[in-house]
Amino acid sequence: MWELIRANKIKSLVLFIVLGFCLLLLGIFLGSYYGGQEGGMYGFFIALGIWGLMSVISYFSGDSIILMMSKAKPVTYDVHPQLFNVVEEMKIAAGLPAMPKVYIIPDPAPNAFAVGRTPEKAAIAVTAGLLSTLNRDELQGVIAHEMSHILNRDVLFMTFSGVLLGSIVILSHVFLRSLWYGGGRRSSGNKGGGQAQMILMIVAIVMAILAPIMARLLYFAISRKREYLADASAVRLTRYPEGLASALEKISNSTYDLQSANKATAGLYIANPLKQKGRKLANLSSTHPPIQERIAILRGISQGANFINYQNAYSSVKGGYGRTNIIPASKIHEKHNVALREATTDVKQKTKTKTVRDLGDLMKKVNNFVFVTCLCGMKFKIPPDFKEEKFSCPRCSRINHVPVAELATLAGISDVIGK
Amino acid sequence: MVTLIVVVVIVGFIFLSLIGIYNSLVRLRNQVKNAWSQIDVQLKRRHDLIPNLIETAKGYMKHEAGTLKSITEARSKAMGAGSVKEKSAAESALSGAMSQFYVVVENYPDLKANTNFLALQEELSSTENKIAFSRQNYNDQVLFFNNKIQMFPSNIIAGMFNFVLETFFELENAAEKEVPKVDFS
Repeated sequence: MWELIRANKIKSLVLFIVLGFCLLLLGIFLGSYYGGQEGGMYGFFIALGIWGLMSVISYFSGDSIILMMSKAKPVTYDVHPQLFNVVEEMKIAAGLPAMPKVYIIPDPAPNAFAVGRTPEKAAIAVTAGLLSTLNRDELQGVIAHEMSHILNRDVLFMTFSGVLLGSIVILSHVFLRSLWYGGGRRSSGNKGGGQAQMILMIVAIVMAILAPIMARLLYFAISRKREYLADASAVRLTRYPEGLASALEKISNSTYDLQSANKATAGLYIANPLKQKGRKLANLSSTHPPIQERIAILRGISQGANFINYQNAYSSVKGGYGRTNIIPASKIHEKHNVALREATTDVKQKTKTKTVRDLGDLMKKVNNFVFVTCLCGMKFKIPPDFKEEKFSCPRCSRINHVPVAELATLAGISDVIGK
Repeated sequence: MVTLIVVVVIVGFIFLSLIGIYNSLVRLRNQVKNAWSQIDVQLKRRHDLIPNLIETAKGYMKHEAGTLKSITEARSKAMGAGSVKEKSAAESALSGAMSQFYVVVENYPDLKANTNFLALQEELSSTENKIAFSRQNYNDQVLFFNNKIQMFPSNIIAGMFNFVLETFFELENAAEKEVPKVDFS
């Protein structure tokens, strides 16, 4: 694993330098367009300032902002023991120093993501829909994929390069807009600079148009590569590619849309939460490889769970284009062969009604509902803002007491974990 | 004068790299120890869970006293084991007894419907997984460490400071080691 992280670090560093260079150059050109040579300096510092400010904000509170935006709720072990067990299993397999925090998003669309700038301060969020549709092996595959993102420092990379990309887009956007609306205080007075002014303007416009596009393509290409790498690492951790493959299949077959996802957070999820019509051109500007291709690669793995097996499956699925190595060379030549394992016993499919009922119960549990069973067998789910202390059962008209204390502690717990 | 400087630089370089090798050996050995203690935690958890499981199952499985007894025996044997080798053997025996138990459980639908039993079963199967994953992690660490001890030039330092090879945590389970037979008849 360590070589993977090192290889990633070098690549990320190169990307940062290229993107950062792009941003600062853009700043200089735009600045000198407005204010001559001095303006170039100002432009440089303004670009640097935007970059620095946004990086600091996203480094220190990026994960809480993302969790808040996606409406994820922190949960305790009792809400879903299996999820906690699976996360802990993967934590052990990955050799992570601390247990990540676990969040559930009360949404029926199956999806998941991970945040955290270091492995010590990581969090994994899954939707209620994911938990109710996947079996144990599939859930393990998804969690392993997320764990690999944490382990490979992908979250940090995605945040920082996302910030750089954002800064470039903002700068060029502002510039092009101001041109369009006839703004632009030309540095008047020096008539000799007319031609230079012209050249500067053309260069600035070309840069402002090209920089965001180039930056985006670069960003997407590397982020797609990281998705493949996370899939490969997930196989290495679970030794069971079919788990992740069938999880991805179920996720892609889902007809729900994830309500709380938007363009900014879409890149973090295990599968793109924003459904788009499968156009070929979209492949260039997508953070995720096509899901069918990922499934085909996972199903193409046969001999073992090593990285080389994933690379071979990748090459055979991609055909002529598949000659690029998506796995760092040092990891391809693992000495001992890691065998695949069998499915665990929990492979039976749930019935559709049970899935729907599980989903409803889970969403209520996440939202701090308390469950009460009447003596006649009727089940009640009491919302956290229920004011009465007792209620009568509609079937047998027995009087049932609301566990007020439990409601209060549940609300208290979620407040505490939230902080 | 120049030769002196060259000699000093070379000696200093060798000395520094020796320190580096020694420190990396110590770090790897600590990682092996840490990985082993993680296995230990999970094994202990399994030992703690088994009595509960048997207690729950007892009421339903009156005719399977033999199966339950063999689990209890395997458990106490595993708890008494000391060295890595002994533990490997005792724990695989326990795993064997447990899988035997799960096969028998299939005949008791009442027990399989018991929520308490289901929760325990999830806990135990998760613990089994955790044991497997921490074993995987431990063996990886042992491999790194042993490679370092046997390879030049770190083998010289390892010999000087008595670093010894660590043992892999292998499963002695015959079923897991056996090559699967394919029968086309």
